[in-house]
Amino acid sequence: MKPQLAFALAALLGSSALQAADAQLTVQIPRLDVAEYHRPYVAIWLENDAGHVADLTVWYDTEMRDDEGEKWLKDLRQWWRRSGRGLDLPVDGISAATRPPGTHELALQDLPAFKELAPGDYELVVEAAREVGGRELLKVPFSWPVSQAADLQAQGSRELGQIRLQLTP
Amino acid sequence: MKLLKQLSVLAVAAALPLTADAHRAWMVPSSTVLSGDAPWVTVDAAAGNGIFYFDHFPMMLEGVGTPPANSNRQPAPLTITAPDGSEVAPQNGHLGRLRSSFDLQLEQKGTYKIAIANSGRVMGMYELNGERERVMGSLDDIVKQIPADAEKVNIVRSDSRMELFVTSGNPTEDVLKPTGQGLELQPVTHPNDLYADEAAEFVFLLDGQPAPGVEIALIPAGARYRDSEQARELTTDADGKVSIEWGQAGLFWLEAEYKQTEGLEAPVTQRRASYSTTLEVLAP
Repeated sequence: MKPQLAFALAALLGSSALQAADAQLTVQIPRLDVAEYHRPYVAIWLENDAGHVADLTVWYDTEMRDDEGEKWLKDLRQWWRRSGRGLDLPVDGISAATRPPGTHELALQDLPAFKELAPGDYELVVEAAREVGGRELLKVPFSWPVSQAADLQAQGSRELGQIRLQLTP
Repeated sequence: MKLLKQLSVLAVAAALPLTADAHRAWMVPSSTVLSGDAPWVTVDAAAGNGIFYFDHFPMMLEGVGTPPANSNRQPAPLTITAPDGSEVAPQNGHLGRLRSSFDLQLEQKGTYKIAIANSGRVMGMYELNGERERVMGSLDDIVKQIPADAEKVNIVRSDSRMELFVTSGNPTEDVLKPTGQGLELQPVTHPNDLYADEAAEFVFLLDGQPAPGVEIALIPAGARYRDSEQARELTTDADGKVSIEWGQAGLFWLEAEYKQTEGLEAPVTQRRASYSTTLEVLAP
């Protein structure tokens, strides 16, 4: 590709699209020693000063008959208010199955919402709610795009373990 | 039968919550904010002393349970309005000793209104030979029934309204439109979008117009487990508006009352209007 064409494309597509920046999210779901364990429902989304920006993913019971699993989505009460209640579920690319205890990695830069993310200050929000269990919400503030590598973390106390957001230019 | 007599009294109390001997009446929902395709809610309706404790009588509601066979009283009218404005019937109605209950399936997305309303009811009160008497019916009937030598004659016109809102998915506004009769709540903040750390604003309307000076009582649920009822008293401002800082999440019972004794068209001597609702305030 000629440099001029590349420059023109970069101008056309916006700066972040061609920067090839990475945003790696790690979400820990703790193993809990409880009599009745159900995998948590988890919503992950982006906010800024103006409010909800974009949903990244929602993990819930997508396999139940007659979409019965959607009945408990209101327990992700911040997400439900900010976004969920206005969606026609399931949403392709957002709705996903629950995940077991352990460490889960998400390459955010591959998600459509992240590819289109305008430069600015954001909060990554992770909310977890567990049947016969509790609820926890963590926020990781970040700026996008980054000029140097950043390793950002938040630590949960019960329903979530460590949330880690690694950004590389 | 004592129970039957009490139930009959309650039907009247439900229709006219402002009669002097009325207990507080309320509806309490299983949920107000719901997700899923067509979720269910169940509603209990009762009257008593403690807020949301079934310590006295059920409310007798149209289409809910079976009143005692020899009951001669009319149950209070229950209207359930779906987000699109259509009416929905209560399901699985039950009239118990301490509460009545019914179910509702939210087949549409949006906000439903459950209302028990009476408007333009008239009651006459007077004393004759030292005995207190009470007559009901149309204004003309009442005037005819009151003897010429009656003393302390009071003719009260009253409107009462009890409402409950529940929402599946996104809250909608259509059911919030006022009817223009009696005392009503005109939400500025949607009644199914209330959070403990945010103030809510409501305007109270009398016959569709903003009503200044309406007295409001606000009581959080759970009084049994504390020393005080923690009732708060609020008054609407010149624009009929009130702002409420919840301070905590949970269910609240709100009752608003309006009384007028001046400027009424004879023979009515008093105008009363009441509004009550149960509000669920969520944790942030």
